[in-house]
Amino acid sequence: MNVSVCIKRVPDTEAHIRIDQTGTDIDNGGIKYIISPYDEFAIEAGLRVKEKMEGGEVSLLTVGTNEAQETLRNGLAMGADKATLLRADSYMDGLGTAKALAVELKDSDAQLILFGVKAAGSDQQQVGPMVATLLGISCVTEVSSFEFGDGVVTCHREIEGGIEVVEADLPAVLTITKGEYEPRYASLKGIMAAKRKPLEEREADFSQPGIHIERLSEPTTRGSGCILEDSPDAVAELVRLLREEANAL
Amino acid sequence: MADVLAFVEQREGQIGGGAREVVSVAAQLASEIGGSASALVLGGPGLTSAAEGLSTAGATSVAVAEHEALSEYNPEAYLPVVINHLRSGNFKALMFSASSLGKDLAPRVAAALDVPLGSDVTGMEVQDGVPLFTRPVYSGKAFTKFSIDVDPVIVTIRPNVFPVGDYDSKIQVSKFIPDVDPETWCVRVIERKGVAEGAVDVSEAAVVVSGGRGLKDPANWGVLEELRDVIGPDTALGASRAVVDAGWRPHAEQVGQTGKTVAPKLYIAVGISGAVQHLAGMRTSQTIVAVNRDPDAPIFSMADYGIVGDLFEVLPRMTEAIKALKSED
Repeated sequence: MNVSVCIKRVPDTEAHIRIDQTGTDIDNGGIKYIISPYDEFAIEAGLRVKEKMEGGEVSLLTVGTNEAQETLRNGLAMGADKATLLRADSYMDGLGTAKALAVELKDSDAQLILFGVKAAGSDQQQVGPMVATLLGISCVTEVSSFEFGDGVVTCHREIEGGIEVVEADLPAVLTITKGEYEPRYASLKGIMAAKRKPLEEREADFSQPGIHIERLSEPTTRGSGCILEDSPDAVAELVRLLREEANAL
Repeated sequence: MADVLAFVEQREGQIGGGAREVVSVAAQLASEIGGSASALVLGGPGLTSAAEGLSTAGATSVAVAEHEALSEYNPEAYLPVVINHLRSGNFKALMFSASSLGKDLAPRVAAALDVPLGSDVTGMEVQDGVPLFTRPVYSGKAFTKFSIDVDPVIVTIRPNVFPVGDYDSKIQVSKFIPDVDPETWCVRVIERKGVAEGAVDVSEAAVVVSGGRGLKDPANWGVLEELRDVIGPDTALGASRAVVDAGWRPHAEQVGQTGKTVAPKLYIAVGISGAVQHLAGMRTSQTIVAVNRDPDAPIFSMADYGIVGDLFEVLPRMTEAIKALKSED
């Protein structure tokens, strides 16, 4: 079974985020970029499908700038077979990204299209189900584990207050949460092999974004909190403040 | 003149706080653009009285789509009903709660209509009839203010952030039975489990009591449970990534990157040092309390209130003090 995994290059989740001079983007200086952690779960899930089914290929797909080649190589080092970069140099909103991916995936023979549940960074949690809707195929979001049946994939979803078991016809788009997909580390052999794996590049099908970013700002810092040394009085004071000052109890 | 439509989620026929918040945000936008707020509820038979209750949240009309096959959420069933209803009116905007359901359904609606989606909105202002929304990005390390140039404007609203209004308006309820054909669905819900009676999910609770490594052993969670129980019914337990990775607590409780993002009215972090990834998941909480023995723990930099001390002494005292406070109410 062929699997496509759509990934995104994002700032390291440890990175300190500063706003650049335009006021609508972040300052890239000194920021290390990584595969979005959720997308690593999706790659891991895709690799396990390949190992279990003993056949088929895992293809990576991303929309981004030339720098995203490095991100794709990192995914290839984990064990994916090939990669495609859809190059886009200017801002695209979630729908634009979904459209570019859908154009690429329309003629794909992948039975399974995997996404991380969201990109760490934009945190929109929308491109996966948008792609499925554009392609007119099934989609299950927030999948923590899945297995295959006859022409279907059965998915466990972690939703508010419980687990839902959902069956979807193939081909299907799944968005993956951590669940059981702790991602593997790339081995040295994998890193070497990744350099020779096929990586195609073409221009993304561009659509004008409908979302207009007015301004990016840093969060308002919380005033220095009221931090007390422990004592019976301190706890009583805390509870009083929570009720009377913060109106939280 | 244009109206604003709020998609209202029901579970087992009940309409929760998150859905009422969405109706109130819709009412606020509608009043700014000279229209009215309308709600749409999908579910099984018998929703009318729950739907009427939306008047106090600001809806002046509500459409109730009743069908046995809509009692539980299935995107295949819900998507065409929402699209058809949206097209039947003159709606400037459509709003969902950023619940599991909203985050699953809203992108499909947006893609089907070929319009973008703004997810997880935490702020709104209206300038010259144009809504400007704010949402956290980079795990709350920055906020983006944006507008949407295409109609209908579709957004999802982060739970617990916006207040529910207190309106005194009449509501017009119209009930209809949509065409639903389960035979055509390519996704089917086989079973739902573990949805315990009265259990509150950490992402929706008004108060979250979270525990980390400082609790030392999974057997020690009783001190957190006792605190949760005295605070009230709308309180959930959360956990740091460290204790989830260690297998002490289920992944469903994990707050932070790779876990859930929460924005409760009160977040109490107990024995959690405050790694960047944890702060990412809780920094938009209204009031943050930290209990930790290390005065230099990063969590204190995020806290509105804190106690530096041994949690095994602080927590029972806190539980007793809150119990005493509540008994006076």
